[in-house]
Amino acid sequence: MKKTVFLGALAATGLMAGAAAAQTLEDVQSRGTLNCGVTTGLVGFAAPNANGEWEGFDVALCRAVAAAVLGDPTAVEFVPTTGKTRFTALASGEIDMLARNTTWTFSRDNDLKFEFTGINYYDGQGFMVPKGLGVTSAKDLDGATVCVQTGTTTELNLADFFRKNNISYEPVPIETNAEAQQQYLAGACDAYTTDASGLAATRATFEAPADHVILPEIISKEPLGPLVRHGDNEWGDIVRWTLNALIAAEELGVSSANVSDMASAAGDSPEINRLLGTEGNLGEMIGLESDWAVQAISAGGNYGELFEKNIGENTPIGLARGLNAQWTEGGLLYSPPFR
Amino acid sequence: MASISDPQSQQDSFRLSMLLNDTRYRGLTFQFIALILIIFVMAYLGMNLVSNLATAGLTFSYDFLGDPAGYDINQALISYTSQSTHLRAAFVGVINTLLVALFGCITATIIGVTAGVLRLSKNWLVAKLMAVYVEAFRNVPVLIWILIIGTIVTISGANPRAFLTRGGSVEPESEMLFGAFAFTNRGFYSPAVNFGPGWIIVLLALIAGIVGAFLWRRHMRKTLYASGKLLPGWPTWIILIAPVVIAQLVLGSLSLSMPDVESNNFNIQGGTVIGKPFIALWLALSVYTGAFIAENVRAGIMAVSKGQTEAAAALGLRPRRVMNLVILPQALRVIIPPLISQYLNLTKNSSLAIAVGYADITATLGGITLNQTGKALECVLLLMLFYLVISLAISAIMNVYNASVALKER
Repeated sequence: MKKTVFLGALAATGLMAGAAAAQTLEDVQSRGTLNCGVTTGLVGFAAPNANGEWEGFDVALCRAVAAAVLGDPTAVEFVPTTGKTRFTALASGEIDMLARNTTWTFSRDNDLKFEFTGINYYDGQGFMVPKGLGVTSAKDLDGATVCVQTGTTTELNLADFFRKNNISYEPVPIETNAEAQQQYLAGACDAYTTDASGLAATRATFEAPADHVILPEIISKEPLGPLVRHGDNEWGDIVRWTLNALIAAEELGVSSANVSDMASAAGDSPEINRLLGTEGNLGEMIGLESDWAVQAISAGGNYGELFEKNIGENTPIGLARGLNAQWTEGGLLYSPPFR
Repeated sequence: MASISDPQSQQDSFRLSMLLNDTRYRGLTFQFIALILIIFVMAYLGMNLVSNLATAGLTFSYDFLGDPAGYDINQALISYTSQSTHLRAAFVGVINTLLVALFGCITATIIGVTAGVLRLSKNWLVAKLMAVYVEAFRNVPVLIWILIIGTIVTISGANPRAFLTRGGSVEPESEMLFGAFAFTNRGFYSPAVNFGPGWIIVLLALIAGIVGAFLWRRHMRKTLYASGKLLPGWPTWIILIAPVVIAQLVLGSLSLSMPDVESNNFNIQGGTVIGKPFIALWLALSVYTGAFIAENVRAGIMAVSKGQTEAAAALGLRPRRVMNLVILPQALRVIIPPLISQYLNLTKNSSLAIAVGYADITATLGGITLNQTGKALECVLLLMLFYLVISLAISAIMNVYNASVALKER
């Protein structure tokens, strides 16, 4: 009898521990910082700068969420994760959200029990080869040795691509982007494959970027986005709508330069007013202050500003907007309405 | 006698407090309490696990092992494609782990015994060189050595493209050694052996040669013990090699296929390839563990009393024979037990393989499969089971060997 009571108590403790995991917002607020999982270093997306501060396109999203929730874009604890450790880190509660160019797939969403809260970069897998090889198409890579980051969708797409085209290759599994870069430059592999944005970012850090070409084939769809754990819908909504707020802000012409002016008083556009909290109570609905979106946008700017600053055409990475333009300009970015 | 075994007085004397106060029972009491505590801690952790898995909506199942793996592996000794199952990928990893562990243990032993003996050399330079080797390798983590040696192998080898003619259109920068061997930054290429008709006879000839050589050695020993006459050792080699060479010359069933430098634009095709990841990991594990074994060997030799050496020398044995016949057999008793744990260490250290891109069990089952399926708990439990089985097996085999060299006490 006594034993049953004891075991019952144990089970209850276990359940309570489980239930606590579903209150990420309260955890973050009481802790005062957001634990955000990023890559171990991919210039333009997430990498520490010369002063040791993390910066990049994914990092900016972490900062926007921290600003929306805590009112302070610097209240972020960045946790570097590899392709292998990222999901365990998120599932175990070590990080509150993962913003690490992670591809949204069916099995990650359903089998791994995560929730993708949107897409912040529409990408596809490509190949980079040294110019000296004279390769112009990925289909010329028969027999080549290919470096690939292990534990990624890239690895599976690579196997599928070569099987589909009935050509052979030899994979070299690599743990991080930095190691892959070193192996590739040392000639241990003929080609390096990862998301095209990652290739551009990696090439930008080479001594002689012009000696390497990114092949025209894009062999997969890689919608990259932030993700959170299943089962905490409030927290998922906050991350989802922070990203949407940044996208909508660009569409509506709200930038880091004019956001404080526009938020000081209600303007002519009802949607901007609702977004910035000068009209309606959207902030209350999501469990945050009414100026949550203002904070998120002032953290680093709207989506367009973040893109241009970190990975845009004027940066060494030099990515064009392409699919990542607003829907009004032929791209795929389309935020649901704020109402 | 009667007073001690009197049942009446014993019954009277047992009280509950004796569980703590009486040394006869105290040990049992504490063991029982410790057991209960351990059971409760394990039960608590287990319940926590089950309830947290349930909260997260995850199930515990090994069904995923039957699903297609979807990824390729660069060194597979059994047939494997990306459409094979996760289970098969795990087997590929198991074989790769065992392969590098086996070769690693062999070379580590050779390196270790050599370095250990040489460290005791009277030649100052040789002894100091070995001391530097031992200290340098023992005191730097093995992962660092794996990375360093991986980098050295990558940098020191030529790119395979240097050997390629690309369909005869280009003059290759480098020629292969004898047209058959090439050391590149992606591995070592050598001819492959083709087994033509009659290869079984050649194999039998080889076995016959080995048996014959063994018999000749036995004959040598018997003659030595019987008459004191030392027969020459060179016929061993002739007996070993001659049958297989003759069989091959007569039948011609084994043929070599040379690595092909023409058909591909990127890599040498065909032949036998020992991949760079294997070479790097194998070398690193061997020299690292070899340094530890060297110290074990040195300790074993020093444990043999100096009188033995002097007595053997007084009998007229040359230094090399003193080492082989007198010192090492006695030293083995001291060397074998720590050697077992070095073999275990080497096998476990091979789990760092992914650092150089070698597809061992940790990289396939514990890395890619774990990541693609998200079945962390299942994969890690399987991994633990595998390493446990391997380690216990190595221990068991080495313990049998240890029993055979240990001091026979009669």
